[in-house]
Amino acid sequence: MALNIAYFAWVRERMGIPGETVELPASVTDVGALVAWLAARDERGGRTFAEAHRIRAAVDGVMTRPGAPLAGAREVALFPPVTGG
Amino acid sequence: MIRALVRSEIIDVAAELRLHDAGGYGASASFVGRVRGGDGLTELYLDHHPAMTGAGLVDLANKAVDRWQLSALTLIHRVGAMVPGETIVLVLASSPHRAEALAACEFLIDRLKTDVMLWKRETFADGRVQWVERRAGDHARAERWD
Repeated sequence: MALNIAYFAWVRERMGIPGETVELPASVTDVGALVAWLAARDERGGRTFAEAHRIRAAVDGVMTRPGAPLAGAREVALFPPVTGG
Repeated sequence: MIRALVRSEIIDVAAELRLHDAGGYGASASFVGRVRGGDGLTELYLDHHPAMTGAGLVDLANKAVDRWQLSALTLIHRVGAMVPGETIVLVLASSPHRAEALAACEFLIDRLKTDVMLWKRETFADGRVQWVERRAGDHARAERWD
């Protein structure tokens, strides 16, 4: 499955790119598994996603939880907890 | 009138207040958040999501309108690079009654810190650059409204 990923704040800086399109293995079916897959994929991903509890996600524009399924998703945004206001 | 938006240009508080207050409402509460200086901060950068940040502000404004009797609401959040003294966020809430205007204003500023996709990065004169970490107290304040 091809999936667009967008990165924000320090997640984007550590990855060194604003986003990418990835071809996911069939075993990666939810947001938590995606983060684990990115962490294991290469050194850069390992540095960025080592602490999965610091990562938040949105699927197709909706804030979601690690167990959220990826089936049918077009874009996943990965980012740290928000700090606006 | 409800206005909720992100903006990369300087927020002109006086102009926004004139626009907001044109209806002549009974009670208007306001909050102006500015970039703090004094500890060597030279730039505050606000990262945002091109679609979700604006949608999050609109969603928050609608929640306030559902909850309190409001005549007008302005919620503007700056994004991009700014310097000490510049306005980051402006909340204007008007109602026939002061309690509703004040409560809506406080609700919006509390929830902005936890519900909307915005991330602060600080740059200091000595060259340090750091992303601001979420504070536990911000969540405690935001959850009071649940």
